[in-house]
Amino acid sequence: MEFPEELKYTEEHEWVMIEDDIVTVGITDFAQDSLGDVVFVELPEVGAMLEAGKSFGVVESVKAVSDVYSPVSGEVVEINEDLPDTPELINTSAYEDGWMIKIRLSDTAELDDLLDADAYQAFVDEQG
Amino acid sequence: MKKTPLNQLHRDLGARMVPFGGWDMPVQYTGVIDEHLAVRSAAGLFDVSHMGEIEVRGAGALAYIQELTINDASTLVDGQVQYSAFCYPDGGVVDDVTLYRFAADHYLFCVNASNVDKDFAWMQKVLSEGDFSDVELTNRSDSFGQLALQGPKAAAILARLTDLNLETITYYHFAQGAVAGIPTIISRTGYTGEDGFELYCAADAVARLWQELLAAGAPDGLVPIGLGARDTLRLEKKYALYGHELSEAITPLEAGIGWITKLDKPSFIGRTVLLDQKTRGVPRRLVGIRMCEPGVPRADYPVYADGTVIGVVTSGTMSPSLKVGIALALVATEQSAIGTKLEIGIRQKRVAAEIVKTPFV
Repeated sequence: MEFPEELKYTEEHEWVMIEDDIVTVGITDFAQDSLGDVVFVELPEVGAMLEAGKSFGVVESVKAVSDVYSPVSGEVVEINEDLPDTPELINTSAYEDGWMIKIRLSDTAELDDLLDADAYQAFVDEQG
Repeated sequence: MKKTPLNQLHRDLGARMVPFGGWDMPVQYTGVIDEHLAVRSAAGLFDVSHMGEIEVRGAGALAYIQELTINDASTLVDGQVQYSAFCYPDGGVVDDVTLYRFAADHYLFCVNASNVDKDFAWMQKVLSEGDFSDVELTNRSDSFGQLALQGPKAAAILARLTDLNLETITYYHFAQGAVAGIPTIISRTGYTGEDGFELYCAADAVARLWQELLAAGAPDGLVPIGLGARDTLRLEKKYALYGHELSEAITPLEAGIGWITKLDKPSFIGRTVLLDQKTRGVPRRLVGIRMCEPGVPRADYPVYADGTVIGVVTSGTMSPSLKVGIALALVATEQSAIGTKLEIGIRQKRVAAEIVKTPFV
């Protein structure tokens, strides 16, 4: 299972890519593997204001419904328009084609709460 | 948590294990969709050793079974299987079962894993409180292993391991013979809507039967199938699952298994209430629903028509065959016609759907 070094992570199994004040968010390889075949994704609208720690969308596998939580607060500036028709991108390319949303950060201090790859790996190992 | 004799083999195959009805069972090996499609196009092998088997023996067996079950067991011949159910006096369902007739004085029920103890206690109660003689009940669930071999290639695969002529075993019939040298009850039944077999053998032989079948079927694309695909396969065919479409609070007439409810049988437990319900008309019916907009219907989601709640989803999924959300739901009879436009309450939204013909595929 891969957790790229250049990304940050949450204990809710989201990954975050930081580029200046824009962050891209998706779910981790661990999350997609636990869910199984993803068959439906619900995303917020562009312009929606998100709050760190609150659900911004839903990923559904054949068997289960999972909320996805926003790692940071801010405004949704872009959503992955490919996901509604090809939700399986989350399984096949969790860190690239399976990205979910881009958020314009409202508080860069929130980034300090995120885990680096080693810390996230340790967290996942603990989950067993 | 109980384990079937195949538990370690499932883990070795990389299965994801989940608790199901008190059992530690594989929910998937490679993925629910791949496994589902393998059964529809080639063949799949399921460990269903968690299912229960309860034997009824004695000269009084048929009279007892006729009172216990809603279907008419008197029509069975040796080597025949019947889909049936036990009801409570109020018409609620104790369990749905398959009934095997070995001889006039020897029958076997296959019952749902999570209901084995409840069913056996109910059967003993019915026996002790009724006027029956020469009936002996034995819960043989622990001594049987059971596999389901399902899919269009199932017969060709099984034929490699047995001398029995499988063409003589027609749908809902069974025979006894050796499969890979293992004494087996070969039943042409299943829970997928595909051709296939349910195979019963001794619990201590089922691991070998599993491995022999997987090896013999590999060239045809036979793969192990978990409970995830077992559920989507049965849902596409509108087969009821106890705890969802059937329960103590749902009658067989409501659940769409009126075809096994033989009200012309003079007596059986639940008959009075069911006859009354049939005469008055059922208040709600099980229907098939297909989403008209993106969304996955799930058990317990509300069903709306004209803005008001008319029922509830009992099972739902994204159909791997159709790639659209499908559901079974209990809805008010007056709004249960095919073509009725509905909405399913999915989280905060109401999503368009309609009642369609079943099976879905």
